[in-house]
Amino acid sequence: MSKQAPSSPNATTEAEVDPDEEAEQAPVTTGSEAVIRALENEGVEAAFGVQGGAIMPVYDALYHSDIRHVTMAHEQGAAHAADAFSVVRNEPGVCLATSGPGATNLVTGIADANMDSDGLLALTGQVPSDMVGSDAFQETDTTGVTAPITKHNYFASDADTVGDTVGEALALAGEGRPGPTLVDLPKNVTLDETDAEPGPAEPPETTRPQYVADEENVEEAAEAIEAAERPLLLFGGGVIKGDATEQARAFARGHEIPVVTTMPGIGSFPEDDDLCLSWAGMHGTGYANMAITHTDLLIAVGTRFDDRLTGGIDTFAPEAEVVHIDIDPAEISKNVHADYPLVGDAGIVLDQVDDAIDASPDADEWREQCQTWKDEYPMDYATPDDEPLKPQFVVEILDEATGDDAIVTSGVGQHQMWAAQYWTFTEPRTWVSSHGLGTMGYGLPAAIGARIAADDDQDVVCIDGDGSFLMTIQELSVAVREELDITVAVLNNEYIGMVRQWQDAFFEGRRMAAEYNWCPEFDMLAEAFGARGFRVDDYDEVAETVEEAVAYDGPSVIDFHIDPAENVYPMVPSGGANGQFALTEDQL
Amino acid sequence: MSSQENDETDDLPKHGLKGPSPDERPHPEGRRNSQGIRIDPEAEAEPEQRRAVLSALVEDDPGVLSRIAGLFSRRQFNIESLTVGPTTVENHSRITMVIEESDPGIDQAEKQLAKLKPVIAVGELDDDAVRTELVLLKVEGDEPDKVHAVTEMYDGQTLDAGPRTITVQLTGDEQKIDDAIDAFRQFGIIEIARTGYTALARGDQATVPGEKPGTADEPTQPTNAQ
Ligand SMILES: Cc1ncc(C[n+]2csc(CCOP(=O)(O)OP(=O)(O)O)c2C)c(N)n1
Repeated sequence: MSKQAPSSPNATTEAEVDPDEEAEQAPVTTGSEAVIRALENEGVEAAFGVQGGAIMPVYDALYHSDIRHVTMAHEQGAAHAADAFSVVRNEPGVCLATSGPGATNLVTGIADANMDSDGLLALTGQVPSDMVGSDAFQETDTTGVTAPITKHNYFASDADTVGDTVGEALALAGEGRPGPTLVDLPKNVTLDETDAEPGPAEPPETTRPQYVADEENVEEAAEAIEAAERPLLLFGGGVIKGDATEQARAFARGHEIPVVTTMPGIGSFPEDDDLCLSWAGMHGTGYANMAITHTDLLIAVGTRFDDRLTGGIDTFAPEAEVVHIDIDPAEISKNVHADYPLVGDAGIVLDQVDDAIDASPDADEWREQCQTWKDEYPMDYATPDDEPLKPQFVVEILDEATGDDAIVTSGVGQHQMWAAQYWTFTEPRTWVSSHGLGTMGYGLPAAIGARIAADDDQDVVCIDGDGSFLMTIQELSVAVREELDITVAVLNNEYIGMVRQWQDAFFEGRRMAAEYNWCPEFDMLAEAFGARGFRVDDYDEVAETVEEAVAYDGPSVIDFHIDPAENVYPMVPSGGANGQFALTEDQL
Repeated sequence: MSSQENDETDDLPKHGLKGPSPDERPHPEGRRNSQGIRIDPEAEAEPEQRRAVLSALVEDDPGVLSRIAGLFSRRQFNIESLTVGPTTVENHSRITMVIEESDPGIDQAEKQLAKLKPVIAVGELDDDAVRTELVLLKVEGDEPDKVHAVTEMYDGQTLDAGPRTITVQLTGDEQKIDDAIDAFRQFGIIEIARTGYTALARGDQATVPGEKPGTADEPTQPTNAQ
């Protein structure tokens, strides 16, 4: 994991001489150096990107910095890696790209981070200011293109202020509800001389969120909770981003309220806890969806009620009043009307409500009922020996073979659902996936970002689909070059399986463009990249191969040839009622 | 980064958007409609649309107008008009928007606007707000006297009178402008340019929350409060 820049040995020696005393920083002399100084001031440790003409001055300033730069194979990979870094570290990730194609290649990753409220700072090169608007070489209206998918973006106009702008953008990305920000850097601005040291990084005055909920509203919500007969907690990704898992766990356990999570909320509450009903929604557990259907008081924390969670709004939690805790006022009553709106930071508001509750709701019967649903609709799959390999089994073995705090990243499709369903998550920030945008190809670059963000003894596993893996497979070269200890498990069904599942269910089996039977041999391809490659067709080989791949200290790829006919269940058909999930094809 | 220790609570900014207090909120029963709102089963399933005049005080960042326009199109808000111009405070502009939406839609539009970085504060104007629109009308110049009479009737001004066309300017509320346009039809209207509403709250009410009338030279404190 050593940094490659020639300057680093020097820097390391200095640090070793006196680790406590911060090395005296050379004064800023150019716009680029101000940009890098702004990142350093905020403790940015890593950045992901690809070089190019308009961003070269910034890279030149990075040459002398201790920030670890990871050169990615494609800018989409850089954005996803930075995004995953932010999920694991709970601080904004940083990615860099040149103007034009570099910037547009970031777009998918920025949009992904935007949908999942992941803090991300994108720094893009731009043609010199006096050429902007002339259709110059590699010019794109980057702020225009990314305006709808960023929290805010900036066009840097001046070397004297560019450092402050970058600091503000970084602070804004992490403030309140996190999200992506972007600073477009015209080449003259980064080359121009300046001695302006960036000041403290502060988000703009106009965006300050409210952290503490209105006390009157808290009292009222607390009363509703006390009176509830069938209370249910719904933890979304906001619980994790708000660093509120401790408060959330204490709240649930203190009042013995069953917990359902959203998919981004996976890990906010341990899935092996008796109170946990796992995640709800289209492919969520039957028991989570039953609980949502029958609760009389849904206490939702940090969720935006995405339609993959709610199904048809008119049938969502039909018997429930809703308490909604969120730091973003615009999320309150956006998709589901909040009877008890609480705007504020998840952890602070949960504590406020906790303080206001005099007596826990009396819900013995309800808890028993939830338990009954667990027995009634277990997560199960068939594994007769003569059948082709089942993907769910592979996920379970991977879970067993890795540490409790292992990080799982995924692509998008059936494999993503199996990973979320059959891995037992117990820690926050260990499930790193593309939820809102559903971006195929997210898994491998995310594993790279997660690996760099994670503790050394944390395992990182990417559970990918054959289709998703092919979309960003070039990033394997990065994992090999950087010697990253990542295990990629491809659940290879030679289909873009989720599409095939829908075609079989809703398009009378016309499998138009869903077959991927021209898939390469992923194990050999991995070896060609310089990684370890394995291929598994049978049940007997799974455990042994997984062990070997996980033990290998570097990137490895296991190509699991799974049952191509396997489908994801339970399933709530899109727009349907959560309580009416199909457990088999016949029930659709 | 977003972790907040409890004992720090008091130091935290508290001027976000609060949402209405309990007694200001309806507590309907029944099932949800397609907007996620519980409705009285007897009542109409879809909330009615109404017109709202929103005023936003914004920083004059580059691209602020396109950000606001982009927000409206991306979120499918039904926008009727949008006017923009500087205020007494340097680097601030006021944007007045008329939208036609259901109550929840108007609420969403306000909240989403408030989230934009250049937006300092945003609010909906009461029905009694002072609102006015400007229109330029170009009509055939065959009957200048009559045109002049109608222009006078509507307190308008003639801006240009030539042998073939006459251009007049009118200001007023929507009803007055609509009536005037009707009256000018008899002469043959060639072209019309309407600005859409611009508006201010009446009396010493603040047009956007936190804006202090009479202290125009003091910068408005950002508040996204209700
Ligand atoms: C970039 C992108 N393109 C298309 C889709 C639509 N899509 C959703 S799931 C899916 C199939 C994914 O196939 P694969 O990665 O092989 O996973 P599987 O479903 O077979 O496990 C497709 C094409 C998408 N989500 N993302």
